[in-house]
Amino acid sequence: MTYNWNWGIFWEMSPEATGTYLDMLLMGLRWTIATALLAWVVALFFGSIVGVMRTLPGRTVSIIASAYVEFFRNIPLLVQLFLWYFVLPELLPKTAGMWLKQLPNAPFWTGAIGVGLYMSARIAEQLRAGIKSLPRGQAMAGTALGLTTVQTYRYVLLPMAFRIIMPPLTSEALNTVKNTSVALTIGLMELTARARAMQEFSFQVFEAFTAATILYLLLNAVVVFGMRRLEKSIAVPGYIAGK
Amino acid sequence: MKKLALATALLVTPGLASAQTLTGTLKKIKETGTITLGHRESSVPFSYIDDKAKVIGYAMDICMKIVDAVKTELKMDKLEVKLVPVTSATRIPLIANGTVDLECGSTTNNVERQKQVAYTNTHFLTASAFVSKKANNLKKIDDLKGKTVVSTAGTTNIKQVVEANAARNLGMTVLPAKDHAEAFLLVELDRAAAFVMDDILLASLVASARDPSPYQLSDEAFSLPEPYGIMLRKDDAPFKALADKATSAFYRSAEGAQTYAKWFQSPIPPKGLNLNVPMNEKIKKIFSNPTDSPDPAAY
Amino acid sequence: MFSGFDFDVIWRSLPYLFWDGMSFTLMLTALSALGGLVLGTLLALMRLSNMRVLGAIATGYVNLMRSLPLVLVIFWFYFLVPYLGQMITGSERPLVVGAFSSALITFTLFEAAYFSEIMRAGIQSIPKGQVSAGYALGLTYRQVTGYIVLPQALRNMLPVILTQTIVLFQDTSLVYVLSITDFLGAASKVAQRDGRLIEMYLFAALVYFLISFAASRLVRALQAKTAIIR
Repeated sequence: MTYNWNWGIFWEMSPEATGTYLDMLLMGLRWTIATALLAWVVALFFGSIVGVMRTLPGRTVSIIASAYVEFFRNIPLLVQLFLWYFVLPELLPKTAGMWLKQLPNAPFWTGAIGVGLYMSARIAEQLRAGIKSLPRGQAMAGTALGLTTVQTYRYVLLPMAFRIIMPPLTSEALNTVKNTSVALTIGLMELTARARAMQEFSFQVFEAFTAATILYLLLNAVVVFGMRRLEKSIAVPGYIAGK
Repeated sequence: MKKLALATALLVTPGLASAQTLTGTLKKIKETGTITLGHRESSVPFSYIDDKAKVIGYAMDICMKIVDAVKTELKMDKLEVKLVPVTSATRIPLIANGTVDLECGSTTNNVERQKQVAYTNTHFLTASAFVSKKANNLKKIDDLKGKTVVSTAGTTNIKQVVEANAARNLGMTVLPAKDHAEAFLLVELDRAAAFVMDDILLASLVASARDPSPYQLSDEAFSLPEPYGIMLRKDDAPFKALADKATSAFYRSAEGAQTYAKWFQSPIPPKGLNLNVPMNEKIKKIFSNPTDSPDPAAY
Repeated sequence: MFSGFDFDVIWRSLPYLFWDGMSFTLMLTALSALGGLVLGTLLALMRLSNMRVLGAIATGYVNLMRSLPLVLVIFWFYFLVPYLGQMITGSERPLVVGAFSSALITFTLFEAAYFSEIMRAGIQSIPKGQVSAGYALGLTYRQVTGYIVLPQALRNMLPVILTQTIVLFQDTSLVYVLSITDFLGAASKVAQRDGRLIEMYLFAALVYFLISFAASRLVRALQAKTAIIR
C-alpha cells in the first residue's frame, strides 16, 4: 500500500486543458485572493458601522448592533453561506431569486459577501473594544469643543481606535483569507477546491495538498507583512505604548 | 485483453489462496475477522440507503457473494462485515489507503483508475448523459454551450465534461457537487442547467424525485457505454482471483439474472419504483462472458 | 418549488437529526476540546521551556496550524492519517480509520494550536514570583508546573477556553466536506432527500444559534463569578 510519488505532476496538463496543474492551482489562488479582498472590504465597511453603533448611547441602536453581532457570531460560517446561497434566493420573489441564481460567478459573490458579513461581526467587536479602550476624556473633549457625535467619531475616536486594533485586525485579515476556503462548499473554485480537484483528477493527493499549503503560507506571510507595513506607516508617534 | 487472459488463467487455477500463506487483503481479513465494504448513500439501484437506514443494492448483493466466497475460502465461521459510506471523491483514496476492502457501488472501470486500484468483473454498462429541465430544451451536448453544468466531484463524468468543454469549445461553467443528490438539487433549483452523470443513475434520480415530470435525459451521450466494476486493491492477485471467481460464477448462474431482475425490473425500495431496464445485448454478454476489461470497445 | 413551507419535516426527522447528527457533533466537540486542551497545554509548556529545540518544534507546529484553513487541514488528515498510522504502528498496510476517528484526530491536532496560545497566555500571566518560590522550596519542574502554575492558569483562562470550545463546536460543521453525518450533515441529507432546503437550513441555523448563544451567556456568567473571586 505504498503511495506513488510524482512531484512532476505540476507540469502535466490538467484535464481542463486550460493549462498545467500548477496553473489550475494558481487560478484557485487568484480566486482566493479576490474573494478575500472583497470580503475584507465588506467586513471593514459593515464592521465599522456596527462597531460604532455598539458604542453609541442610544438603546435601540445598541440592541440592533448587539443582535447583528450575536447573529453572525453564533451561527457557523458554513451554515451562513448555505443560508445566503440556498435559502435566500428561494425566499425572494421569483424574478429576484432567478436573477440571483443565474448571476455569473454566483458562488464568488455569495461567498465573498457571506464571509465578509461573518467577519464584520468580529471586526465590530474589535472596534468596540478599541473605542472603549480610549480614555473617556477624548470623547468628552470632543463634545466640549462643540463637535457633533459624527465629527467626534470621525476626527477624534476612530483614527486612534483603528490604529489601536491593528494587531487584532491583522489576525482578522488572516482569518478572512482562511475562511474563503469554506466557500468551496457552495461551488467557489478557490485554492483548496482546486487542490481537491487536482487530487481527484491526478490521484496525487499529497503533492496537491502540499502545494496548497505552501501557497496559503505564502499568502499569510504577504498579509502579515502588508499589515505590518501599514501599521508602521500610519502610526502616530508616541501615542501607542511601545511604538 | 491481457487482463482477460490473466483473469481466466487465475480462474482456472483453483484454491490459489489456500495453497500458500495468505497475503494482502486476505491476510488482513483472516487476521482481523472483518471485511470492510464501501457503499454509496444514494446510487440507486446499485448501492444506497433505503428508508429503513439499511444499505442495499445490486452491487451490494454482488459484494455479499464475494464475501461468502471469502468466508468459505478462508474457512472462517464468523466474518464480520463492516459498512463504510463512501462518495465518488473518497472511494479511490479509501481503497488505496486500506480503509475499505471492496467498494460496492457505481464506479467506472477505466485504464487511468487502474493505476491506483483494481476491479473485478464488470457488473453494468452505462454512458454519460445529462439531465435537465424539459423547459430548457437541452437535448444535445452542443445545446449546453455557455451554460452552467454540474457533475459530481471525483467521477469520470466530471472529467468527461471538462474535457468536452475544452475540446468542443463550449464555454460551460462546470460546478463540482459533493454528491449526486446535491448535484441534482442544483438542477432542481435552476442553479445549473444540466447534471452530467451515468444515464442509469440519472434515470433513477429522476424516477425517485418528488416530481419527475419536469426532467428529461439528453439524447446524446458523452461517451460509449463504460463498465462499472467493484473496486479492490491493486497488486493483490489472490484476492482479485477470488473475487473474479465468485462474480464469474454468480453471473453465469441463474441467480445472476434473478438479481439483475430484482433491481432493474421490479419495484425497489424506498418508493417501490420499477426502473424497467431490461438486460440489453451488452449486459447479456457480460453475464455470459464475465470480464474486467476497462476498455469500452471490448463490450 | 416550495408551494408551502413544510415545517413538519423537521418534526419527522428530529430523532435522526439529534440522535445521529447532534450526538456526533457534541461528542466530537467534547473529545476534541479535551484532547486539544491537553495537547495545547503540552505545546505551551514546550514553547516556554528552556530547551530551544522543543520550543522551535512547538512554535513551528502552532504557526503552521494557525496559518492553514481548517478545511484544508481536514482534507490533509483524512488522507494522511492512515499512512501515518501505518508508519507509527509499523504495520504492512495503512491503518483503518473511521470517519469519527479521523475527524477527532483532525480537530484535536488543529485546536491544540489555538489552545496552546491560550494556555501560553495563561501560564505567562502567573507571577514569576510563584514559580521562583516553588523552586526555592525545592519542588521539581513537574511539581511546580503541575501544582502551582497549571491549576491557576487553567482557572484564569477558563472563560477563554470555553469560548474557544464554542468556536470548535461551530467549526465541527466543516466535516460536511467529507460527507460525514454531523448535525449539519444530517440536516443537509434530509433537506436534499425531501427537497426541504429552506426549512432544514433555517432550523439548523436556529439550533446552532441557540446552543452557541446559550453557551456564551453561560461563559459570561462564569466570567462574572470568577472575576469576583480573583
